[in-house]
Amino acid sequence: MLVKQISVFLENKSGRLAEVTKSLAAGGIDISALSIADTKDFGILRLIVNDPEKAEKALKNDGFTVSCTNVIAIAVEDRPGGLSEALKVLDDNSIGIEYMYAFVGKTSNKALVILKTEDSEKAIKSLEASGIHVLPSKQVYKL
Amino acid sequence: MDYWNETYECMSRGEMTRVQNDRLANTVKRIFHNVSYYREKMQKNGVEPSDIKSIDDLRKLPFTYKQDLRDTYPYGLFALPLSEIVRIHVSSGTTGKQTVVGYTMKDIDTWSEAMARALVCAGTDRHSFIQIAYGYGLFTGGLGVHYGAERIGASVIPISGGNTKRQIQIMRDFGTNILACTPSHALSMVEELEEMGVRKEELSIKAGVFGGEPWSENMRNEIEERLGILAIDIYGLSEVIGPGVASECECKCGLHIPEDHFIPEIIDPVTEEILPPGSTGELVFSTITKEGLPLLRYRTRDISSLACDKCDCGRTAVRMSKVSGRTDDMLIIRGVNVFPSQIESVLLEMGETAPHYQLVIDRKDNFDFLEILVEMTPSLFSDEVRELENIENKIRHEIQGTLGISAGVRLVEPKTIERSMGKAKRVIDKRKT
Repeated sequence: MLVKQISVFLENKSGRLAEVTKSLAAGGIDISALSIADTKDFGILRLIVNDPEKAEKALKNDGFTVSCTNVIAIAVEDRPGGLSEALKVLDDNSIGIEYMYAFVGKTSNKALVILKTEDSEKAIKSLEASGIHVLPSKQVYKL
Repeated sequence: MDYWNETYECMSRGEMTRVQNDRLANTVKRIFHNVSYYREKMQKNGVEPSDIKSIDDLRKLPFTYKQDLRDTYPYGLFALPLSEIVRIHVSSGTTGKQTVVGYTMKDIDTWSEAMARALVCAGTDRHSFIQIAYGYGLFTGGLGVHYGAERIGASVIPISGGNTKRQIQIMRDFGTNILACTPSHALSMVEELEEMGVRKEELSIKAGVFGGEPWSENMRNEIEERLGILAIDIYGLSEVIGPGVASECECKCGLHIPEDHFIPEIIDPVTEEILPPGSTGELVFSTITKEGLPLLRYRTRDISSLACDKCDCGRTAVRMSKVSGRTDDMLIIRGVNVFPSQIESVLLEMGETAPHYQLVIDRKDNFDFLEILVEMTPSLFSDEVRELENIENKIRHEIQGTLGISAGVRLVEPKTIERSMGKAKRVIDKRKT
C-alpha cells in the first residue's frame, strides 16, 4: 500500500525547480502530485510520479541529491469534513503526521491526499479499519 | 619491513649528524660563491662560509622566503649555469606570482631517490601498478611521483589529474595497486565509484599516496574505510624538491624526512627562534644535496612539529607531524586565529559529512561574519526540514565549541563548491581591509 515518494534537495536559487522538472521531462516522467517544504536557504521538493525508480535515477544522473520515502495516499470525500474524518482516525490512534499535501487531480468525487506519518503500517491499518480508502501504490502511479 | 635505502633511512643520529654537517658546509660554500643574492645576504649579517661547520650553525644563516624567489624571478637563485639545468617546474602556489625551480641531472636523481623512499613506505614494490593522478606538467606532482615509481621498477600508469570516471575505469581494468593523487580527488573518486556501482572488491588497490593539500585524520579514515586501503600522507613542495620531501610509513605516526638531503627545523613564525623537538611551529628546510636551486632555511609557511625518536617501522629518519595549517592560510576572524583545517575536522567528526565545504568571510559594520557552506551528501539528506535544520544547528554548535566563534552554516547542493586542479576552493574572504 505504501507509495514511493521522491524527495529532492534544492537550494533557494532561481531556476533550480525548473531544472528538476526539465530533468524529469527529459526522462519522460509524469508528475501527479508535488509539494515544497522550504526554509530561508533551502527547500525539499516532494514528488509523486508515475515511475519513482526511473525518476530517482534521472535526477541522480543530473546531480541532484534525491531520496525515496514511503508515504500513504488516501481518498477522502470531497465535502466539508471529509479530510477531518480521516485525520481524526490517526489522532484517535495517536499516530503523528509529519507532513501532508493534496493531489493535483482527483478520482470520481473523492479528493486525494498524501500523508507521511510516524508508523505507516499502523496508520494504514487504522485508516482501513475506519473505512477510509487507502489507495494501492499501483493505482497512484497511474494517476 | 622493506626500506628503499636502509643505510640512510635507519642511520644512527650521530652518523646522520656527521653526514648533515659535511653536506651543509659544502652547500653553504657553493651557494656563497655561486649565488650573489645569498652572498650579499650573508655578508650583510657578517657570516662567512667558514663559520658554518655543523648543523648547530644553521641559526647563523639567513632565511629564504617565497618573496626571495619572486624577487629573483626566474633564475636568480640558481647556483649552476643554466646549461646544467635539465628541468624546470613552477610552484603550484595559489598566492601571488609563480616561482620557478630548476633541476640538474643529479637533482632529478635525488628527487627520484626521495620519492622512491616515500613510495616504498606506502608498500610499493617492482610488482606494483601505480596510478599517478597528480597533474603532469609544470606542477611537480605528476612527474615527481613518476620518477620515484620508475626508480623502484613499478609499473606506472601516468593518467594525470581529472576525469574521475576514467580514473575508476582504469583503476579497475588495469589492476591499480597504488593510487597517487590529492586527498580531495581521492574522495571524489570514492563518491564516483559508489555512483557507478563499482564495488571496492572489484579493485586491486592496496594503498594511496595522498598529498598536495592539507587533510584531516577523519578524511583519512573515510577514504580508508570506503576504499578499503591504507591511506598515506605525502608531503612536498617544489622549492625544496617536489613530492617526496616527507612521507608516512604504515605506522602513520608522522612523515619521515630524507634528512640526508633536507634538514628540517621548526621555528616560531613571529620571533623566528628555533623551537625544541616536539614544539609546533613553522617548518623550515635547508637543502644539502641540491645543485640547481639549493635553498637555505626555506620558510614553508606550513605548521608542523618534529619527532626524532625511532619509529616502529625501524626508520630513524626524523618525522614531521601532518601539516595542521598554514601560517598564511590562517584567518583572523573577530580576533580569533582560525585554520580552515580546524573547521574540516569539525565537519568530519560529525561522521556524516563528506568534506566539501567553503568558508565565506565578510565584514558588516566592522563585524566579521563567517559562513560555512557544506555540500549535501546522500547520507546527510533527509526529506524532513526539521532533520536538515538539526544538522545545520549541530555543525554551528560544534564550530562554536571548537573555535569559540559563531558561524552561519548553510547546506548547499552537491558540486556547487568550485574545485580547481582537484583542490577545493576552501576560503572566500570578502573583507576589505
